[in-house]
Amino acid sequence: MTARWFRILRDRNGRLGLLFMGLVLLLALSGLILGADPNRIDIPQRLAAPSFAHWLGTDNLGRDLTARISAGTRSALTLALLIVAASAFLGAVIGTAAGLFGRWLDWVVTAIFDTLSAFPALILAFSLVALYGTGRQTFVILAILIFMPQFGRLARSRAQALRHQSFVEAERLLGVHPLVIVLRHILPNIAGPLIVLAGMNIPVVITFEAGLSFLGLGVQPPASSLGTLIKDGFIYMSESWWPTIGAAGTLAFATLGSTLLAETFRDILDPKSATDAEGRA
Amino acid sequence: MAFLLRRAQAALFTIACVMLMLFMLVRSVPGDMASIMLGPRATPELRARIVAEMGLDQNIFVQLWLFLTRVVRGDFGEDIISRRPIIDIVAEVLPNTLILAGTALFLSLVFGILLGLIAAKSRGSWADSLLGLLSVAFVSTPSLVVSIVLLLLFSRALHWFPVAGVGDSGDMLDQLAHLVLPATALALGWIGYIARLVRAALLETLTEHHIRTLRAYGVPEWRIAGIYALRLALVPLVSILGIGLGDLIGSAVFAELIFARPGIGSLIFNSIAVRNYPVVQAAVLIIILIYILANLAVDLINSRLDPRIARAMREGRQA
Repeated sequence: MTARWFRILRDRNGRLGLLFMGLVLLLALSGLILGADPNRIDIPQRLAAPSFAHWLGTDNLGRDLTARISAGTRSALTLALLIVAASAFLGAVIGTAAGLFGRWLDWVVTAIFDTLSAFPALILAFSLVALYGTGRQTFVILAILIFMPQFGRLARSRAQALRHQSFVEAERLLGVHPLVIVLRHILPNIAGPLIVLAGMNIPVVITFEAGLSFLGLGVQPPASSLGTLIKDGFIYMSESWWPTIGAAGTLAFATLGSTLLAETFRDILDPKSATDAEGRA
Repeated sequence: MAFLLRRAQAALFTIACVMLMLFMLVRSVPGDMASIMLGPRATPELRARIVAEMGLDQNIFVQLWLFLTRVVRGDFGEDIISRRPIIDIVAEVLPNTLILAGTALFLSLVFGILLGLIAAKSRGSWADSLLGLLSVAFVSTPSLVVSIVLLLLFSRALHWFPVAGVGDSGDMLDQLAHLVLPATALALGWIGYIARLVRAALLETLTEHHIRTLRAYGVPEWRIAGIYALRLALVPLVSILGIGLGDLIGSAVFAELIFARPGIGSLIFNSIAVRNYPVVQAAVLIIILIYILANLAVDLINSRLDPRIARAMREGRQA
């Protein structure tokens, strides 16, 4: 396993991804280490350009943008990890159950997953936000609902294929408890592709969160978010570009870095899927 | 033909499920729908009208039947605020979004195929690696960021393109000038995605037997790559176009808001802000209809492009 990890370093895109994500993480953690207050207002210093005191400048209320972007990045990364992990876990459980037990459960689960997948992600988010309102908790729940179906569909089709494999049939004939079969044989065989899919979803969820928060429909102030920062900067764009550029640049770095890393990871874990993932019939 | 029918059937079923889900979503909101929608605007008369129009005072199955039969007839009811038919409000802005998404799709196809072709023909060279990295960067950069950067650079700093709006309704050139930046912002991600897809598909088809035969017959290399191999490489490309159109219409909201273009995305966004749920519902349903129909069309085009897919479907295998 460790040898596999080193292969990230051997790949050029992998090195680049590590570098980008390293910088983004450094920025995310810098707020904690330096301890600058992201909410300290300093009106005389409003919309300042980058300087020694404020590395990325200040916003319309004179708040330090380095501290604010750092907090926003922390929130973006935490939310993305949380949402992807929860969607993958729930999708794996529901999908495996549907694939193994079949019958009506499979029918219902497939119909729900297909219906949810019929919505473009943002449109589904719109219709949910319109009804249930905004907020961090609502956002996490609706994001899980939006991102779970793909994990569920993958787990379902894999579980269905495994169900009739001879080693699973043999265990069943030997009278092994179904739960043991699932834990020992089905899940380990599904885990690989699910982890790859999870990795590929990290940048997607980061983009999704920033987008919704930009629209004011995701994470709500005072909780920090890169999307909210971009929106705030956008409002004052005619006075200063720095607030927008800093947050938008960080967002682009985070999505590019995590995409590069996830793709390298995919190629290492499953070289064949490099072509499979391109959607060939 | 059987293939066509089966696909149409599946599409109809999904549409029915989506309508059912939208209906249930509205009814699952805790509290009184009329007060939620009206908020501070609530007056007894307005409340009574909403209750009567949406059939809120009736049995849930009657409500469902009312909703479904109205929607099938294209009747989404009347807007509570402006008193205009909701379908008119949606139809007014829909063309703007379709033009934007359509232009973006066109740009993605032209530049995506071109870059993919160049990358595949120069496989392993510095141009290939550069295009590869560029494509990842395109794919991963959120269209929100691209929109803002393009606006800052080309409208605010260089003044090459107008900042906001769709342009004068009679002036084609003006409309085109207003379209360039938002369409590019929207297309960039898909240019990268299509470039990678075409490159991978081309590299695969170029090794197939019938391509080798063409080569043996002395057909020029550019004809092989650009015509014969590309035709097969288009199959995986066409199958993502349906998803592409849906994604483009969905994420058009960022380009629409940043470049202040009226469109279905900004209509939904503005309606959410004033809790005008019937308008959100109608707009969402229409987007999904377009999305599902586009995917259906894509399947049909694909079965024409590559007869193997239709044959596989007939033989009952998964295509």
